[in-house]
Amino acid sequence: MSSFGTNRPSGPREGDYYQRDLTVHPPAFTPIYKTSVTRSPQKALLSLEQGIGEITGPVFTAEDLGPLDNDLILNYAKTGEPIGERIIVHGRVLDENGRGVPHTLVEFWQANAGGRYRHKKDTYLAPIDPNFGGCGRCLTDENGYYYFRTIKPGPYPWRNYVNSWRPAHIHFSIFGRSFTQRLITQMYFEGDPLIDVCPIVKTIPDPEAVKRLIAPLDLRATVPLDCRAYKFDIVLRGRRSTLFENRLEGN
Amino acid sequence: MVQPLNYLSETTSQTAGPYVHIGLAPAAAGFDIFEKNFSHVVAGPQTRGTRIRIEGRVLDGTGTPVRDVLVESWQANSEGRFNHPDDTQTKALDPDFRGWGRSCSDFDTGVFLLDTIKPGSVPWRDGRPQAPHISLWIVARGINIGLNTRLYFSDEEAANANDPVLRLIEQEVRRKTLIAERQETPEGLVYRFDIHLQGDRETVFFDI
Ligand SMILES: [Fe+2]
Repeated sequence: MSSFGTNRPSGPREGDYYQRDLTVHPPAFTPIYKTSVTRSPQKALLSLEQGIGEITGPVFTAEDLGPLDNDLILNYAKTGEPIGERIIVHGRVLDENGRGVPHTLVEFWQANAGGRYRHKKDTYLAPIDPNFGGCGRCLTDENGYYYFRTIKPGPYPWRNYVNSWRPAHIHFSIFGRSFTQRLITQMYFEGDPLIDVCPIVKTIPDPEAVKRLIAPLDLRATVPLDCRAYKFDIVLRGRRSTLFENRLEGN
Repeated sequence: MVQPLNYLSETTSQTAGPYVHIGLAPAAAGFDIFEKNFSHVVAGPQTRGTRIRIEGRVLDGTGTPVRDVLVESWQANSEGRFNHPDDTQTKALDPDFRGWGRSCSDFDTGVFLLDTIKPGSVPWRDGRPQAPHISLWIVARGINIGLNTRLYFSDEEAANANDPVLRLIEQEVRRKTLIAERQETPEGLVYRFDIHLQGDRETVFFDI
């Protein structure tokens, strides 16, 4: 509570979330990714300290989810299972202090094995898979661990340059504990030669930050004779301890 | 050499892309997959407070509505309390109010909606009251990292004039980019709020 001042009747047990390190994120205006040109703010962002509305955020529970939501092989299966490489994606949601983020909502969406989304705006000629929806979600456990099963997505062409192809990827949306931690990102797959030539990947200024978006094959987590695994850890903003700010709160 | 500081780096943001709706709002995008769906309906049948609708568009630098945008909202209940353990105010919680909504713009018009209640006032860090407001987070194709802004209400002139966050905006002319216009309609109370990504009327976005 101390970082919110002593005259305030109540407040959080821990301090503010660390200032966002914008050097690991793409800037808004990235002409190499053409759509950003007219959709990027040009004025400086207004830097704001965090109040109660910033250090809080929506809470989700198992009640919000269905039983097959973390199984993309089964959650849209109609006449059989989807075509493609069977994989598990798993990892932890951590904060910058290395602590697991428990019970937080993780959502994911992707193209099918041929690189086609089940979306009315996707007109790529690769076929829709009648048994693949392409989206799912789960909550992390008490240690921040999550996992889901899916089909490895295919690369797909898109209109940036005439010959632009997205590397195979899975989109991720993560909430964390507060609205300041809200994040959307994409996971790429180890060994994909399209990563290095992708304009969207190239919006990221820091090569080390790109590496952290690439999930390695994780042979220890495979299901033998059934399913390969990729490991993808996600890091959200960490939170200050309020040491020497009035009193220790035991965090 | 010194000991390393073993903090991790935040995972890098990447655009939500053109198909964000199948992932985050499939039912709104006409795709039936989940039994339970999140939506733009923030207030439930039992939620206390004044019912309002937020109606707006997100416009790009050419003034064209962004028709593939996803907007999320986060707000306090009608008493001014957030439904979260880190809001330790003693005000009453509302059991039928999470305070969060997700709205997918119409693919033809670009209009997004939020059906909610007007939030109460929440104190700022130093105890000063903030004017009622809703926090918004905007993602879309072409937006590399989610944009944070706030929506205030045009019928709260006195509170807005003293709001500690609005007052941080140096150019007074820009403060009004955060104020939604009250309209009384046969369907109820509507606040119109257009978000300009670029240009002379560019909305104030926050780094929080
Ligand atoms: Fe994609």
